[in-house]
Amino acid sequence: MNLVWSFILIPFIAICLIPFLKMKGKAIAVYSVISFIALLTGYLAIQTLSGENVHLTLPGSLVSGPINLEIDALSAWFILIINFGFITGGFYGLFYMKAYINQPKNLNLHGILFILLHASLLSLCVIQNSIAFLVAWEIMALSAFLSVIFEHEKVATLRAGINYLIQSHISILFLMIGFIWVASQTGSYDFSAIHNYSLTHSEPVSLILFSFFFIGFAIKAGFVPFHTWLPYAHPVAPAHISGIMSGILIKIGIFGILRMLLLIQVNYTTIGSFILVISIISGIYGVMLAILQHNLKKLLAYHSIENIGIIGIGIGLGCIGLGTNNPVLSSLGFAGALLHTLNHSLFKSLLFFTAGNVYQATHTLDIEKLGGIVKKMPQTSILFLIAALAICGLPPFNGFISEFILYTGLYHWFQDAQMDSLISIIFTVTALAMIGGLALMCFTKAFGVVFLGNPRHAFQHEVKEVPVLQLMPLYAIAAFIILIGLFPKIFMDILIQPVQLFTGLKKLPFAGFQSNDLEALVSISHASWYLIVMVLLILGIKKWVLSKSTVTVSPTWSSGYTAPTARIQYTASSFVKTYSKLFGLFFLISKREKETQGIFPSEAHLETHPYDKIEKWLIDFPTVNFKIFMGRFRFFQNGKLQFYILYGIIFIISIISIPLLYDKIIQVIDFLKQL
Amino acid sequence: MLSLILIILTATFFTGIIIRTKSIASGRKGPGIFQPVKDVIRLFKKGTVYSETSSFVFRIAPTIYFSSVFVAMLVVPFGQSKGIISFNGDFIFFAYVLGLGKFFSIIGAMDTGSSFEGMGASREALYSMFAEPAFFILMGSLGLLTGYTSFQEIFSALHLGSPISYALAVLAAFVFLMIAMIENSRMPIDDPKTHLELTMVHEVMILDNSGFDLGLILTAGFLKFAIYGTIIFNLFSGTIAYEYAIPMFFAMQLFLAFAVGMIESFMARFRMNQNAQFIVVLSSVSLLIFFGALLISGKFI
Repeated sequence: MNLVWSFILIPFIAICLIPFLKMKGKAIAVYSVISFIALLTGYLAIQTLSGENVHLTLPGSLVSGPINLEIDALSAWFILIINFGFITGGFYGLFYMKAYINQPKNLNLHGILFILLHASLLSLCVIQNSIAFLVAWEIMALSAFLSVIFEHEKVATLRAGINYLIQSHISILFLMIGFIWVASQTGSYDFSAIHNYSLTHSEPVSLILFSFFFIGFAIKAGFVPFHTWLPYAHPVAPAHISGIMSGILIKIGIFGILRMLLLIQVNYTTIGSFILVISIISGIYGVMLAILQHNLKKLLAYHSIENIGIIGIGIGLGCIGLGTNNPVLSSLGFAGALLHTLNHSLFKSLLFFTAGNVYQATHTLDIEKLGGIVKKMPQTSILFLIAALAICGLPPFNGFISEFILYTGLYHWFQDAQMDSLISIIFTVTALAMIGGLALMCFTKAFGVVFLGNPRHAFQHEVKEVPVLQLMPLYAIAAFIILIGLFPKIFMDILIQPVQLFTGLKKLPFAGFQSNDLEALVSISHASWYLIVMVLLILGIKKWVLSKSTVTVSPTWSSGYTAPTARIQYTASSFVKTYSKLFGLFFLISKREKETQGIFPSEAHLETHPYDKIEKWLIDFPTVNFKIFMGRFRFFQNGKLQFYILYGIIFIISIISIPLLYDKIIQVIDFLKQL
Repeated sequence: MLSLILIILTATFFTGIIIRTKSIASGRKGPGIFQPVKDVIRLFKKGTVYSETSSFVFRIAPTIYFSSVFVAMLVVPFGQSKGIISFNGDFIFFAYVLGLGKFFSIIGAMDTGSSFEGMGASREALYSMFAEPAFFILMGSLGLLTGYTSFQEIFSALHLGSPISYALAVLAAFVFLMIAMIENSRMPIDDPKTHLELTMVHEVMILDNSGFDLGLILTAGFLKFAIYGTIIFNLFSGTIAYEYAIPMFFAMQLFLAFAVGMIESFMARFRMNQNAQFIVVLSSVSLLIFFGALLISGKFI
């Protein structure tokens, strides 16, 4: 109990104190509170993963009833992910925010929100009571919104922020409907009521209940078609906030879906197939649009959608495994999903932090203006490269491990599947392979254009590497990425308990990953070591050979043309030109062009802006039409006080008279019936 | 271990045979079949020129490219004998480790800041993206047919009995051969002997590589051919004893190299914008194999 009070009180005291501290004190206060609650919850989480579930009860209020807090293996896994993200992200943020040191009020708010965001995310993992859950959810949504609009003097930032605010409240709306539904039927706000409710009701009812929760959480997670807030909110937020949002915040949506799977008894095959389809669409659509983006952070934001898709594929496979009583498929699916959740939180936050470094150094995120950064910021470049390789799922990095687990699950499913499931397997395999190939294209483009070649734009200021201390958390993340890639077994052992929660749903036998196809992971780490040794060996030989021969430096070969400029380089748009033409059907690319004219052409320009087709039809189209429809009622708002008083009176009269009128109508009907 | 030795041996003459076949087909005598290897050895001894635009990425890219091909080679089995690395799902590792090499060869090309090399890089990325599903569907179908998920087990369990399984093996051989052509940037996807940078794919990416690095890239190309040749042989080898299998293997590699040479002599390169469609066809052929596998395993309703 003391633990809970210290978890609530210490951040509270810190929040009250922060505005009165000096700049350095603020930073220390924020970071020490973050580390304190991270250590506290991390300790409990590790205890849970080693076998002891932590269970606490708060008295709660009259409305909510007693609030149960429970850390099970699933919450523990997510708590550890959240804590690692906040410890690294917070440390990075301390340095990133130095540029805004002349805005102390803004920073006060930001520090407070950062603590609130961390605390609310952690509490979402443990709360077992719907009212408390919704309160924590709202705190999380609002603090994320306010952190996103840190640079609120910019119109684009505010717009993106409000877009996010609205969509996250639509998400809350769906969650509320789900929770109120159960509460009104059972009279209890405890999560166990949801479980009991689904046990006592028929499958279609639980399915509809689940789909309300699924939509609510899917908006947060960013599944297509609920993804449209993501590509706006991520680019405008400060780098550490976008890293945390993409790496951790959207994962709470995944956590919610997994939690509801544990609570609601549904037809797992149906729900699994549904999740699988929506995830495949998210995965492919996300990466397909990512390739087109010119804004580095927006590109990364679309990649989050893709990776949520990959996580979703894992969840879908896991559910189908549960539905078909296939313990191996189910364990591999959930293990792949959970591991990819961790992996994505690592490499995506690293990518956003390095993009933040680039932004700090150049003040732009437009890919077409960047280039040649590798020579000015070598460390940032290497870190970005590591994360890019990991996100493409290439060995020997962590992304490969989780994708390999999913592939193994899929190919295992092959053995005892029938025609219809075989076709879905083939589609999923094709999708995963396509996602891998497209991601490779996207990140060779991003890395190649941003970091390599010649600078495409002459900056007025000096472009230089960020301080070493700021790079420390980034190195920590990179080390983790490589660690998972080289020693996947350690992490798979930690995953046994969370996965057991899911296989336990259908009492499937599952003891560990040794018994099924995953002894391969040991061989993979061997193979990765072979790769590393081979690279080092050849580099050694090369060094020895080159020491004996001459090494000259000369301009790049350009077919004999002797005055190459930076402008003849391949640009990001030209890199993906063939691709965007081939898949043109799926895109909406607005083009503004002025062609050259006359014998002595003067100026010409060409501008292209990719836009989201789903956003156009699912968000813009209804919004515009709704606006037009509501516009017809504008005459009500005519600015005359008399009318407004009249409306008030009409409203009061109708409130009073409608029930009376209703009674009268009933009487008349009764009278007619008697006749 | 056996496969490693055989692949390296094959790599020494495969490209030479292709070149020799092309020379003879065009009425020339042509160089000896070990000429490509001699060229590479000469390259290893030569000095290197680096572009002033390039960074460390350009310097390590060929090394990683070569290493990735080398590690992919360790996975490939020969008949009953396993590769040095063999585990369930090793073909996934095979495809992804080659992907790592591709990633580095692409960013290596981007590092030179050249207008041409970006072009080649863009094409390489696009084509490999299209070729990936074909490989995974094909291996999946073979896995379905045999019930295994590692190269060695799949190939040794691939008993060819019914006519339909022969048809499948031939189709699979076609897909692998075409993937090999794409991976190695040969006809009909890419013309290695073209003289215009605008129409190149792979050659234009390595315009700035020289000396040791170029040697590595060329060696990796030789190895890739031999790797795919070995995989194609494995499709048919089944459980043949080694004393027959090894001569058959060499005969088959000679034939494959000859076939590639003939294709290159008598076929024109596809138009660049039709390559993508062609590669997608490979995926559909793989799907055909998948349905064939369904038929054989009796799961087709």
